[in-house]
Formats: sequence, structure tokens, C-alpha cells
Amino acid sequence: MSGFGKPLKIALGLVVIAGLIVVPMNFNRYGLFILSQWAVMTIAAMGLNLTLGYAGQVSLAQGAFVGIGAYAAAIMTTHGWPLPAAIVVAIVLSFAVGWVLGYPALRVQHHYLAFVTLAFSTLAFLVFRNESWLTGGIYGISNIPRPNFFGIATNKPLPFYYVCLGSLAIVSAAVWWLIRSPWGRAFMALRENPLRAQSLGIDTRRYTLMAFAIGSALGGVAGALYAPLTQYIDPVPFNLSLSLDLLMMVIVGGAGFYFGPFLGAMIAVLLPEWLRFTEGYYLMLYAVAVMLLLIWSPTGILGIVDRYLAERRTKAASALRAVAKSRLETAQ
Amino acid sequence: MSAVLEVSGIKKNFGGISAVDGVSFDVRESEILGLIGPNGCGKSTLFNCILGQLAPSGGEVKLDGKVVTGLRPSELNKLGVSRTFQLLQVFPKLSVRENLILAGQEHQGNMASRLVGRSDAGLTDAANQMIGFFKLDHLADEPAGGLSYGQQKLLDAAMAFMGGPRLVLLDEPAGGVNPSMLADLKERLVAINREKNATFVVIEHNMEFVMSLCSRVMVMAEGKVLAMGRPDEVRKNPAVIEAYLGH
Repeated sequence: MSGFGKPLKIALGLVVIAGLIVVPMNFNRYGLFILSQWAVMTIAAMGLNLTLGYAGQVSLAQGAFVGIGAYAAAIMTTHGWPLPAAIVVAIVLSFAVGWVLGYPALRVQHHYLAFVTLAFSTLAFLVFRNESWLTGGIYGISNIPRPNFFGIATNKPLPFYYVCLGSLAIVSAAVWWLIRSPWGRAFMALRENPLRAQSLGIDTRRYTLMAFAIGSALGGVAGALYAPLTQYIDPVPFNLSLSLDLLMMVIVGGAGFYFGPFLGAMIAVLLPEWLRFTEGYYLMLYAVAVMLLLIWSPTGILGIVDRYLAERRTKAASALRAVAKSRLETAQ
Repeated sequence: MSAVLEVSGIKKNFGGISAVDGVSFDVRESEILGLIGPNGCGKSTLFNCILGQLAPSGGEVKLDGKVVTGLRPSELNKLGVSRTFQLLQVFPKLSVRENLILAGQEHQGNMASRLVGRSDAGLTDAANQMIGFFKLDHLADEPAGGLSYGQQKLLDAAMAFMGGPRLVLLDEPAGGVNPSMLADLKERLVAINREKNATFVVIEHNMEFVMSLCSRVMVMAEGKVLAMGRPDEVRKNPAVIEAYLGH
């Protein structure tokens, strides 16, 4: 996105942030719920974007990590623990499980890795459903409390939306830092050319495990916010279809682009709501829209922007060359 | 002069075919050893066995007298062993400078400092120096994928030198590089060899390049060492002439 001037980019960013803070003040309960859900799903999709988009490791288990985070938060907060403590536990737990799930990626790649993570996703779902002593089984866990911060209750939809938005801001800043650090470059090298990466001293094993662990930890964070958002969880939302939804958000937004998950989650969460006026057809229209987009641009929405900017640069460069050439000829 | 690299009895079998069949040699401190032989004689396979990219079926590799057989490529690289590739292996979407920064980043600090430290890992200066040394200044901010084949070969070599290696294995550095650029490359390699005391092993088909660059040349045929010696000796060796011209 280097085609825009820096001040313009900063101004655009500030407008969007101000909009996200101010505009929802007039939203009703339902609108705020949808927007909070967007923030939470963006966090989970950012995690998957790290694992898949930057480090190139296919995972069909991100939904399971959202589940792990959600159950950790639900169990802890219903037993009187504060939400921030539950978030820390959710991070540690999903980081550790994500690390272990990374080991198969050291041996298998692409479709095979997808199947391994898919099996893990199913396993996690079975644990959520069958281990009722811990998870409440099919009845789930209800009356999940929302937190108090500095004496301010976030029970109402608007304050809790700000909790989600604030968390999204923190996660966004952390991910921004990570992908610009040498780690981000190492992840990218892992995706583009692991053989070359190794020969440059990049410990591909360690970075692969880290890509899985960090991506999964962000799934855990999203889950720990999802539980108090819905205030009731059961196993169903965390089955394979959530993993597939998150995968779609990353791909549709643009895998490996920083802003991809924001756009992808917006389309996955908001577009079905906007299409509701078509009543029975909205899911069909949504499916068709996604198919058309991916046929047009397999690299997602930001892939279109990227292509456009690249074309403009090429044109500008060839124009410069033409000018230089004509000058050379007149000089001769 | 002590041996930097000692290779003894390296074997590599692929199924029933033995690609490398008991190769032994050593590379002395700050020498440039040429490695030649007909296509398919096992040169690249030997490189991959030394570098840990392939697990040898038998034999031993020693670096400075310590056994390093079985180490991973990244671990060997941290010990100062670097390489270039026969086929282009640069990161096409990154700029020339970013490629070099990436090539050097794992040689500084540790995992933690690479996460919380400066994003260029303090390597921009080193990268700029390398860019100047290989005369790639005008291309520093271009995506590496847009460079010509010869320029990408130069970048590939420059990347191998970013970590300040002691031993560099170069796999056909001259392949597909035009004559003027080739003279440049040779001059750069000699300079690094003299100034930084770096030791090279060079696989190459360009005889003139090998004969003028290397102090010793090893000839391989059908997975075995056929001859080893000074370039002029090797050139006259009847077995070498037979391997290249015979059949």
C-alpha cells in the first residue's frame, strides 16, 4: 500500500479509528453485538494470518483455539476470577497447545498439514462436548460475567464493545510490531523459501513452532473475549465451520496483508447482515459474492489493491525510462 | 596450514544408485578449492551432504576438527558455513537491501532481541556495505525478482557473505553470468578471500574461471574423487581428460 502518501495514510487511519469509537454510540444492542463480534473475529483472523499468511503454514484449527480461549475464560470468570487473568491463562494455554500442534508442520506441509489440523479441530470439539465435568457438555456454560475495569461495569453493550475494540487495538499494535521485527522477516522467509532460509542460519523449526504458537495464542485471546460477549457458550460455535470461516476471512481479505483480516472479518460478519433485506436469499448471495471475488482475485481484496498499485508503479517507471531514453537520443 | 573442512568417506545412496561414493578430501585455511566433474557426478549432492541438507548414508564431516555430521543447515550456518545455490534462491519480493538484511539477521543477538530489538537488527549499514562491494548500489531498493539473472547471482553470493562466514560453498556461481560481470565476481571473491581470510569451495563448469581462481582443483566422476591437485596438474591428468572427453 506504498502508493499513498504517508500523511494521507495516517489521516485515513485516524478517521477510521475515530469512526469506530464515535459512530457506534448511536447503535442499538444488536448493532453493537455485531460490531463487537467483528472486533473479536478480527483478532482471531489476525492470528491465523500470522500462521498462514506470513509463515505459510496451513491451519484448519484456529476455531478450536477460539474455543480453548472461550472455555478458559468462561470457566475462570464464572468461578470469580477477573477477565484479564482469564485472558492471560487463555493466551498461555493456546500458545502451549499451538506450539505442540506445530510439530506436525515440521514433517508435513500444505494439504497434509491441513488434515492434521482438521483432526485436531475435531478432537477439540469432542473435548468441549464430552468432558461435561469441565465444560458443561452440550448444555454449555451460562451467565458468563462481563468485567469491571477500574470500577466501571462493562455489562451494557457499548462499554463491552469498547473492551473488544481496545483489545483489538492492543493486538493490532503487537502484530504490527511483530511483522516488522526480524521475526516477521523470518516468517516470510519460511513461507517463500525454507531451503534458502535454513542456509542463512534461520532456524526454520523454531520459527515454524513460534508461528503456530503465536497465531494460536491470538485465537485464544479472541475466545476469551467471545465468552463474555455472548455470555453463554456451548461447543457448537467452535466446530470446524468456525475454523473454515476464519480461513475464509484471511483469504478473502488477503493472506499475508496486514489489513487483510480486518476486511475479511468485516465481510464475513457484516455482509450477511447487510444482505438480510433479501430475506431467504442472503446466504446464497453471500456465497456467490465470495466465489466471484476469489475467481477475480485469488489473493483477496487487498491483492486487488496491491496489483493496481504495482501496475501504477510499473507505468510510472516505464514513463521515466521513456523520458530518459528520449533525452539520451537528443543528446547524441 | 590447518584444515578448515575435513570430509572423510562421505557416501550418499538414492535407492540403489550411489550418487556420492566414499569421497574424502580436506580444505585448508583460506584456500579456494575448485570442484569440477561431468554433470551428475555428485558434486551438488556432496555439497548438500556437507551442509546438512541431505543426511549422508555414511562418512563424516569435520569443521575445525569437530564432527558436524548431522547438524542442521541453520546450525552449520551459525558456525560460519555459508553457501550459494546453483539455481536462483533469492527472495524475489524483498528488495536487494532487505534480502541482505534477512541474510544477516540470524547472526546477531538472540531470539528475544530479534523480537524486541530494532526492526533492521542494526544491519542496514552492513547491508549497504555489501551492496557497495558488489556494485549493486543502483538496485538497492529494487525487488530482487526484477533483477537480471546475473545480478541475482551476484545478490545470491552477497547474501552468503552477510554473516561473515569462514567457509563458503559456492555452487556454480558463474553459471549464466555474462563475461564482464563474471570478471567482477571473480575479483570480488578473490578480495573477500584475501581480506576476510574466507575459505571457498567452488563448483563450476567454466574451466577458465576455475583454473584462474582456485589454488587446487578436485575432479569428481561417478561419485568418486578422480584427481586432486594444482590446476595445471589436473588439466594434464589423463584420467581427467578421459572423463571429460572419453566414452
